[in-house]
Amino acid sequence: MQTHRAKRVEITIEAIMQSRLTEAVQKAGITGFTVLPVLGGSGRSGEWTRAGEIGRASGMVQMICIIRSEKLDDLLDAAFSVVERHIGVVSIVDCEVLRAERF
Amino acid sequence: MEQILTLAGNNLISPIILSFALGVAASLARSDLSVPEAAAKALSIYLLFAIGFKGGVSVSSHGIDAKLGLTLLAGIILSAALPLIAFALLQVMTKLSRLDAAAVAAHYGSISIVTFVAATSVLESSDISSEGYMVAVAAAMEAPAILSALWLISRGGDGRRMDGDLMREIMLNGSIVLLVGAFFIGWATGEEGLAEISSFVVAPFKGVLCLFLLDMGLVAGRGLRGGSGVLRPGVLAFGITMPVIGSICGLGAGLLLGLSTGGVVLMMVLSASASYIAVPAAMRVALPEANPSIYLTLSLGVTFPFNLTLGIPLYVALATALTGV
Repeated sequence: MQTHRAKRVEITIEAIMQSRLTEAVQKAGITGFTVLPVLGGSGRSGEWTRAGEIGRASGMVQMICIIRSEKLDDLLDAAFSVVERHIGVVSIVDCEVLRAERF
Repeated sequence: MEQILTLAGNNLISPIILSFALGVAASLARSDLSVPEAAAKALSIYLLFAIGFKGGVSVSSHGIDAKLGLTLLAGIILSAALPLIAFALLQVMTKLSRLDAAAVAAHYGSISIVTFVAATSVLESSDISSEGYMVAVAAAMEAPAILSALWLISRGGDGRRMDGDLMREIMLNGSIVLLVGAFFIGWATGEEGLAEISSFVVAPFKGVLCLFLLDMGLVAGRGLRGGSGVLRPGVLAFGITMPVIGSICGLGAGLLLGLSTGGVVLMMVLSASASYIAVPAAMRVALPEANPSIYLTLSLGVTFPFNLTLGIPLYVALATALTGV
């Protein structure tokens, strides 16, 4: 099966910043992404869980974008403009996709 | 004094408070008891709808008097002014940075709708009536405190501003939209509307409140466990002192406005409570450098339990004594 190289960017960010992140990413011309709820975890502030959250102040979400390499800088600039002052983790990995025209 | 102790005792052994205590105890004991996020959200939607709707029905039954506008104005002024008092107090009592102090102060100008709901429930149990429009006052008191906190920060030379998106999110956050929306539905449909859905919004109310407070207890206990490191004696003392000061401000406003005994109690509760839904979210956006474990632990782990167990009965007794009912 023919595969094509792409970049997979995972951005884990505070739930309250989700709309700002998706807006910034769309402005950068990235139209395809998936947002997932994060159930819990542990970071510099200690352990946390999504159970019993009463507001959007302390939950986290993860945005996953799979893009062509040439779009990476635009996406990272957009993500950084939102994540810069906030809690968030951005990671990039190489991946392969089946239908290159979709990314 | 005997009346205060009796009321406090009755309140302490009510199912509502015991459910909250169970949540705190379970969380502190590291039990795996938890209320799923979706269930907690559904419970809060139910409570906001019920309390807003009943407030609207009350206004439709008793009509609007001239005090409504003045009470709303008083609520807005209190919400804007209380953070200034809280900020000054924090600077005297604690060694928090200006940023953290402003973020904490914002919480104490805004309100806790769950404390308001619990107080309403206590008033109903004690057959004390209140002005139905206090629901609208609660909604009006959510946002001004955030503006005051940002103003405090900007005075320190840090140019944080409230952007349009944040303002819209605060003014149109789900709790306010639901509370005010249900209030208008109740107002428009009146007693007939209430009769149609009373088996839904009246009968199960206290049971749902118990479950919700069980969840709040779990969250508060988790916050206490995780944030115990930030609770220095000065910070802890602030979490108890500020609601007392706030309640006295609310008492003064309520008496000046000539509110009913229940209205005075609710004004005290609104002024004494601290936000843990709208303001933390706003602070995460506007002041992300402020430490959330300080303001969340204080508002949810200290002030909320204080108001729920000791504060509300004290406010009821004080308002009853001073309004002569």
